[in-house]
Amino acid sequence: MSTVAEPKPISAALPEGQPRNYLNTSYTVKSWLFTVDHKRIAILYLLGVTLFFFLGGAAAVLFRLELMTPQADLVESETYNKLFTLHGIIMIFFFLVPSIPAVLGNFLLPLMIGARDLAFPRLNLLSWYLFMIGGVFTLYVTVAGGVDTGWTFYTPYSSTYSNTYVMATAVGIFITGFSSILTGLNFIVTTHKMRAPGLTWFRLPLFVWAHYATSLIFVLGTPVLAITLLLVALERGLGIGIFDPKLGGDPILFQHLFWFYSHPAVYIMVLPAMGVQSEIIAAFSRNRIFGYRFVAYASLAIAVLGFLVWGHHMFVSGQSLYAGMIFSILSLLIAIPSAIKVFNWTATLHRGSITFQTPMLYALGFIGLFTVGGLTGLFLSAMGIDVHVHDTYFVVAHFHYIMVGSAVMAYLGGIHYWWPKMTGRMYPEGWGRFSAVLVFVGFNLTFFPQFILGYLGMPRRYHVYDDGFQVLNVMSSAGASILGIAYLFPFTYLLWSLKYGKRASANPWNAVGLEWTTPSPPPKHNFAQTPIVTWEAYEYPCSNPDEVPSVDNE
Amino acid sequence: MNVAEAKRMNVAHHFDDWEQQYESCVLGMWVFIVTEVMFFGGVFAIYMVYRVNYPDAFAQASRQLDETLGTFNTFALLSSSLTMALAVRAAHLGRSRQAGLLIVLTMILGTLFLGVKFYEYHHKYEQGLMPLLGLPLNFNGPAEELGPTRLFYGLYFVMTGIHAVHMILGIAILALFISPALRGRYDGGNFLSVEIVGLYWHFVDLVWIFLFPLLYLVDRSH
Repeated sequence: MSTVAEPKPISAALPEGQPRNYLNTSYTVKSWLFTVDHKRIAILYLLGVTLFFFLGGAAAVLFRLELMTPQADLVESETYNKLFTLHGIIMIFFFLVPSIPAVLGNFLLPLMIGARDLAFPRLNLLSWYLFMIGGVFTLYVTVAGGVDTGWTFYTPYSSTYSNTYVMATAVGIFITGFSSILTGLNFIVTTHKMRAPGLTWFRLPLFVWAHYATSLIFVLGTPVLAITLLLVALERGLGIGIFDPKLGGDPILFQHLFWFYSHPAVYIMVLPAMGVQSEIIAAFSRNRIFGYRFVAYASLAIAVLGFLVWGHHMFVSGQSLYAGMIFSILSLLIAIPSAIKVFNWTATLHRGSITFQTPMLYALGFIGLFTVGGLTGLFLSAMGIDVHVHDTYFVVAHFHYIMVGSAVMAYLGGIHYWWPKMTGRMYPEGWGRFSAVLVFVGFNLTFFPQFILGYLGMPRRYHVYDDGFQVLNVMSSAGASILGIAYLFPFTYLLWSLKYGKRASANPWNAVGLEWTTPSPPPKHNFAQTPIVTWEAYEYPCSNPDEVPSVDNE
Repeated sequence: MNVAEAKRMNVAHHFDDWEQQYESCVLGMWVFIVTEVMFFGGVFAIYMVYRVNYPDAFAQASRQLDETLGTFNTFALLSSSLTMALAVRAAHLGRSRQAGLLIVLTMILGTLFLGVKFYEYHHKYEQGLMPLLGLPLNFNGPAEELGPTRLFYGLYFVMTGIHAVHMILGIAILALFISPALRGRYDGGNFLSVEIVGLYWHFVDLVWIFLFPLLYLVDRSH
């Protein structure tokens, strides 16, 4: 009887023999907006972060255009300040922080550990709504007239002097912060309590380890940002004076609290990227990750050490020399777990059987760009050099190598790698490879000149500069336009593939991992039967020495 | 309905069994409490910095707070923790109506706390010790302590204010439990949600246990 009553359009939309999956169980708007399925929520997040990515990108295009010439011609100083502030706020809080965890993490974490959903599905949906409400605040600020404090909101400028929309921005980020907290809470509990039988901690994919470490930062760091921004808002609204030097308040205290979150936030952006990286490198070199336990522990080490290094943003803020030295040494220490990861990915390639599909191109690009970004980080954590290049384009180039060169590369690599699983369609491989190379070229052309600019002394956050800097700035702007176009390619062909892409098999990459044992796209409850795991992570052919393919040297 | 059956019926679809659901929810609440500790930790850190920088101004300003009312409120809140703990115990024993009554008692004690708190706020306003929104501060000490004194009152209102918001939310959440409890929802082993809200309530009480000495009892022995 129920088969007779089944609504026609849905069954008509299903081709013969096409099984039910999370996408085709229902099509109504309501079924999406009230879904508690982690896979659908991941798609909702995907839509949200894509919107913000292009918004933040548009701001970048505008100020890179302005920087083509040493004079102010396109925008005025106030507008320029608002543009880079908007770019920073949107890209960090509304793209980079949620991008990999909330899209790929949400989709994959339960699949990878053999669970039917995250531990708290409704909290998961709530976190998306909080994210979007925070986003609406930011959009409102953009339309209403912007905010000009920089994404760092340094006091007393933000708390006392700026007459732009600081309060609305702070409230928006405060709300979005709770979305991060809920995601982190959900991931921690899910990883602890919902693993399939037999899936011990050291059988987990490194993607899960990375997200676990990220979640620790989410729950420990984000509330500190929340209280800090709340105090800035209260200072503006009520005049409580905590950051007001006229009352004996200390504006530097704000910087301490802000960087206590915002330095670990860098690891929120890069740790999940490292998780994606481990999956892709293993799958496309057909090899077990070299030194699995070291890579897993390195994630935790980065999460813990990340909380102890915030002072390296404040070497010139008047903190004591001894505090500076301690922060400097601790910052240098972070290089160790980071380098462990880079060396281990490289060692994984050794004696692997490597293929260069799109995700692998992004992953290899990541290794190079992360190395440049990480090594220049060592320059900056050494006080002597930092005092010289502080607040110059050297810093801008450094953190873009980490946040764009690493995090965005991994995000795109991950989107391509799991696209068949998420949508059931293959993306066009040729276009994929072309775009990956274009992103790499455009990125380097944009940001490498900025290292030189910064080293020569061009300060950040100014739109008028010395004539001598123009050539390098033009190079950077040219690179930015290539990068912008390179980002539009995946956007276009991935959309195209939803309708015209080849249908994906359950496991198009021949990868291991529980997510590939489900059909593409997965059914609503992921697994018909809870899997029982009896194997180690990354059991690829090359990981067994007897099965190493005979190496023909050409 | 026996205990085992009640447990089986209350398992969400994505959990394997009741034990997994129970452990997940309790762990989830503890993780949330950790985030709350970090949230309050931010203001506690700020308080510490200024208290160390301006010990005299803080001691002077602290004496303007009413320690009798603060002590009374401390007892009110500790008692509410007791009734909350008893409510959780009642739910564990499957005595739903008893749990409901204890929750009502907890809410009454919480509301009493808030009432006293708002009386104190009003009193501070009348005394001219509420330097918010540009209101003047009634202060006749040395000029260099004017700023730090304002900081103290700013922190007093922010810290107790954030705590009060948590109390209001806690009372609102508890209110959702009354009707189900009186209708017997927590008979027979279905104590999970009561236990979770209990954890939250105890945490909010615990924050006050730190706020009270930090704000009311600075250097009172002299």
